[in-house]
Amino acid sequence: MISDITAARDAALADIARATSPDEVAEMTTRFAGKKGELAGLKKRLGSLDTIDEKKVAGAAINEAMSAVDAALDERRAAVAADAMRQQVENERLDLTEYVGKPARGHAHLVTQAWERLEDVFVGLGFRVAEGPEVETDWHNFEALNMGEGHPARGEFDTLFVDHVPPGGRPGTTVLRTHTSPVQIRTMLTEEPPIYVIAPGRVFRRDTPDATHMPVFHQIEGLVVDRDISMADLAGTIDAFTKAFFGKGWNSRLRPSYFPFTEPSAEFDIQRPDGSWIELGGCGMVHPNVLTAGGLDPEEWSGFAFGFGIDRMAIMRHGVADIREMFSDDLRFAEQF
Amino acid sequence: MKILLSWLNDYGDFGDPTNPDDVQRVSDELTALGLEVESITPVGETVEGVVTARILRLQSHPDAAKVQRVYVDAGDGEERHVWCGADNISEDDIVPLATLGTTMPNGMTIERRGILGIDSEGMLCSARELGLGEDHDGIRILPSGLPLGIPYGDALGIRPDVLIDADVTRNRPDCWGYVGIARDLAAKMGVEFRPPTPTIDVTGDERTTPVEIVDGDRCARFTSTVISGVVVGESAGWMQRRLTAAGMRPISNVVDVSNYVMLELNQPNHAYDLETLGGGGFRIRLATDGEHLVTLDGEDRTFTTDDLLICDANDAPIGVGGIMGGLDSEISDATTTVALEMAWFELVGIGRTVTRSGLRSEASQRFERGVDPYGMPLAVARFAELLSETCPDLVVHAGAVDARSEHLPAEQRTAEVRISNVNRILGTDLSADDLPSLLDPIGYTVSGSGDTRTVALPTWRLDSTAEVDVIEEVGRHYGYARLGSRVPKSSDHGGLTVRQQRRRVLRDVLLGLGISEAMPNPFLAPDTLAKAGLDAQSIAITNPLVSDESVLRTSLRPGLLRSIAFNESHRRTGARLFEIGHVYPPGDGELPGEFEALAVVLAGHDAPAAMAVWREITAALGGGARIDQARVPAGLHATRSATLQAGKEPLGAVGEVAPEVLAAFDVTERVAILEVDLDQFLAREPKPAQWKSTSRYPSSDLDVSFRLDEAVPAEKLEKAVRQGAGKFLVDLDLFDNYRDQASVGSRALGYRLRLQSQERNLTDADIAEIRRGIEAAATKLGAELRS
Repeated sequence: MISDITAARDAALADIARATSPDEVAEMTTRFAGKKGELAGLKKRLGSLDTIDEKKVAGAAINEAMSAVDAALDERRAAVAADAMRQQVENERLDLTEYVGKPARGHAHLVTQAWERLEDVFVGLGFRVAEGPEVETDWHNFEALNMGEGHPARGEFDTLFVDHVPPGGRPGTTVLRTHTSPVQIRTMLTEEPPIYVIAPGRVFRRDTPDATHMPVFHQIEGLVVDRDISMADLAGTIDAFTKAFFGKGWNSRLRPSYFPFTEPSAEFDIQRPDGSWIELGGCGMVHPNVLTAGGLDPEEWSGFAFGFGIDRMAIMRHGVADIREMFSDDLRFAEQF
Repeated sequence: MKILLSWLNDYGDFGDPTNPDDVQRVSDELTALGLEVESITPVGETVEGVVTARILRLQSHPDAAKVQRVYVDAGDGEERHVWCGADNISEDDIVPLATLGTTMPNGMTIERRGILGIDSEGMLCSARELGLGEDHDGIRILPSGLPLGIPYGDALGIRPDVLIDADVTRNRPDCWGYVGIARDLAAKMGVEFRPPTPTIDVTGDERTTPVEIVDGDRCARFTSTVISGVVVGESAGWMQRRLTAAGMRPISNVVDVSNYVMLELNQPNHAYDLETLGGGGFRIRLATDGEHLVTLDGEDRTFTTDDLLICDANDAPIGVGGIMGGLDSEISDATTTVALEMAWFELVGIGRTVTRSGLRSEASQRFERGVDPYGMPLAVARFAELLSETCPDLVVHAGAVDARSEHLPAEQRTAEVRISNVNRILGTDLSADDLPSLLDPIGYTVSGSGDTRTVALPTWRLDSTAEVDVIEEVGRHYGYARLGSRVPKSSDHGGLTVRQQRRRVLRDVLLGLGISEAMPNPFLAPDTLAKAGLDAQSIAITNPLVSDESVLRTSLRPGLLRSIAFNESHRRTGARLFEIGHVYPPGDGELPGEFEALAVVLAGHDAPAAMAVWREITAALGGGARIDQARVPAGLHATRSATLQAGKEPLGAVGEVAPEVLAAFDVTERVAILEVDLDQFLAREPKPAQWKSTSRYPSSDLDVSFRLDEAVPAEKLEKAVRQGAGKFLVDLDLFDNYRDQASVGSRALGYRLRLQSQERNLTDADIAEIRRGIEAAATKLGAELRS
């Protein structure tokens, strides 16, 4: 009996070891380990044994054989499944360097890219973003900015006038804003200090387009009005911006200049890490007349303002030699960036 | 302002023009004062190898019509032969000779190369070839009596120098003269300032020229001094060289001195020949309308009642006040006695005449910015002193007239300056006692004691009127570089507004959909709006650069269609573009009806593509609109477009551009379009979505398909299906829309519904009931259930 059990077990184990597919393993499971399987059949013969001891020994041998067969089946089943998975993976091979089509994402305009980077830097410095109309009254564009009627500086702006006449107003008093500075006035008239705003926006000049000028272009303006704001705050803000926007190795300086709406006025230059200087924009302490026009008492409040070109930031960053191309809407241009 | 450094050194020891370090220092200090140096040009460099030579004789050659043979003596006693094409030379002239081996500024080297087989042993030079001026018509004849064979630069006293071009801002009228610049620079550099101090020696008998100022608001001071003993001739060489370097052509001693005094003291002036001055006096008045005068530049100019004229005592115009003299008022070679005008004109009036007439001059440029109203006596004395160099018998007559009007700015003007305010604005920690050392050297005289000082404002700085103007001067001379640097901290926080954040999301959605951003010109040609099928009502630019860009856009559409056409013409079909920008329709308020808009154009796509973009936008940003296909927006495809309606207001348009508009813009592809009013759309922030619990029970799907008449919008059927499905509906999708030839006029629409209860498993009976509900609702619309 024992030898029959051993023979049946060995035969089953040998067959199981040869199984190569899940189906074969399933068939063998029925054949060797099922209730009607070969080893189960041997159990029926236990009754023909003489002694209790013989029965015990043979029964134990059968159970042991069944365990061995079950374990072999489990192992074989797992191995065969793993093989099948490996085979599937092998058959699914793809070449990932084979591209069809291009990345579909659209391209933001270079001006927008520079604009948003500037906003992000100033927001980080604690500024809000103010906006205003592009068609302006001459009061906001000039008069409130310390350029009364007949002020010679008005002539330097190459202003474009439009034929809108305000109710009860005079013709020739509506302009396409020549700078973003009117937003300073609108902000001061609607908000209480402390004011920490930037005003990026579109501006207009009667300028013939060339490689560096467009009649329609973009500027960013900054305005701070608070108690005891000084030139030192202006210099520090310009420098913090320079380092945040251009990089840690960059520096800045102020040098005297003239603008009707600030006094003292300055130009600000930035210095590349190699030591060379670039003129960037104008700035200064908000002129007392401008604070007054904005409804603020210059004895109580002081402030600074600064401004520079957004388009130039875009051009400098990407080495665009002709600004006209940036506004051509030519996809061959847009898709480079 | 172009500054010759050697000239500036007349008024202080600023630096050696031949020492690059000195020149750089002067340049840096000028820039630090706000006189930004734009260029530094070396001048007075001479061509090495060019020496003085005397012409011995001239000889023509029978075979050379255009050139002649010239024999010269270059000082070594040897007779040299050169060929020369100029005909302004004659025997005994001293001329510049470029000797063999000389390299000319244009790179040419003088070689022994002749013509007709006869060698040339050098070249005679023109003024231009030597950098002595623009004249290239003949050989530059040098003064007689010069030693021969020496470098022409030494012979003429030319020394290397630099011309510094500094930008003078509008608030620095004083810096249009050398003395003004020198005063500022001397104070900054701590060197002694030496202004000219001529004394006027009035030796002549009394000779008066009556002056009548009629329009005193435009001319507030007019002085006239009679000077006799004038001999018109050439001015001194040093003066000619300085004027030439400053960009002025030497004309005669009188004109040159006049210009020199203007450049030095910033006092424009004019000398009239007293013999020919009608009535021997002046009358200063506004022109009558249409009055005209031939000005010095030879132009016959017509004036208006806003232009100021200088007239003679007989009221005949002889000059345009503060801008340019009349052609006939020029002094002549025969002039011996002049009436010298030094005047002060009101700034803005000069500016108006300059702008209107386009007539501008060195004088007008100075008067427009503000000349010292009290600088005339010094300038008159300086004029006489300089002219007496070439006119030894010059006599200044007594009886000079000094006519003034009540509009003349006061000589004594002061500002009260609080040291607390100086420090508040500059961020400095100065004491009031620091003010005199910063201000006195530039003529702002500080007096008084305590924390508030009285500062007398100099007459040459009419721009300075108030405390803040003085604070700026303190800052400049203290040095901007020495002011501190600190970052102010707002008690408020930074950030973008909701609208600005939503604008960024909108842009990002569109970029993610593969649409690129465009920024076309917002100015249109007058007929472009009509071409785009839009209302032609618009705002015009009254002074456009070109008529093609003379109207403000009222829609983003025309610009984008042009961009599509441009790309199409460059073999880029299928352009997908958007623009976020302002449009400016007319309005009746203080300002036009400007608002911010979005337009998306998809070339090569039809209307559903635009709808898909709109759905992506609303999915990201919330909000929505009714698609009203009954109201076709102007210029869009009549059967494929709709108005986006949000509440009572139209929010935008969606669909396709009308074929005739595409044709007008030379676009051959279909163009799907979406337009949204962003003033409305971005301003509306949807409320945050509120939580609904997700069900633990299994869901069931139900497909229903209907045949629906083409006249009924699918939107209505979808609404009916939703209604019919009731509370168990959790999701609904149109998964099929099918049209076939057999049933034109209607289409099949298949919907897949996902149904689920929050409380229990749905039974077959539930599903059957829902199905009946849907069918009932759809049938009311005339839809027919297909399955």
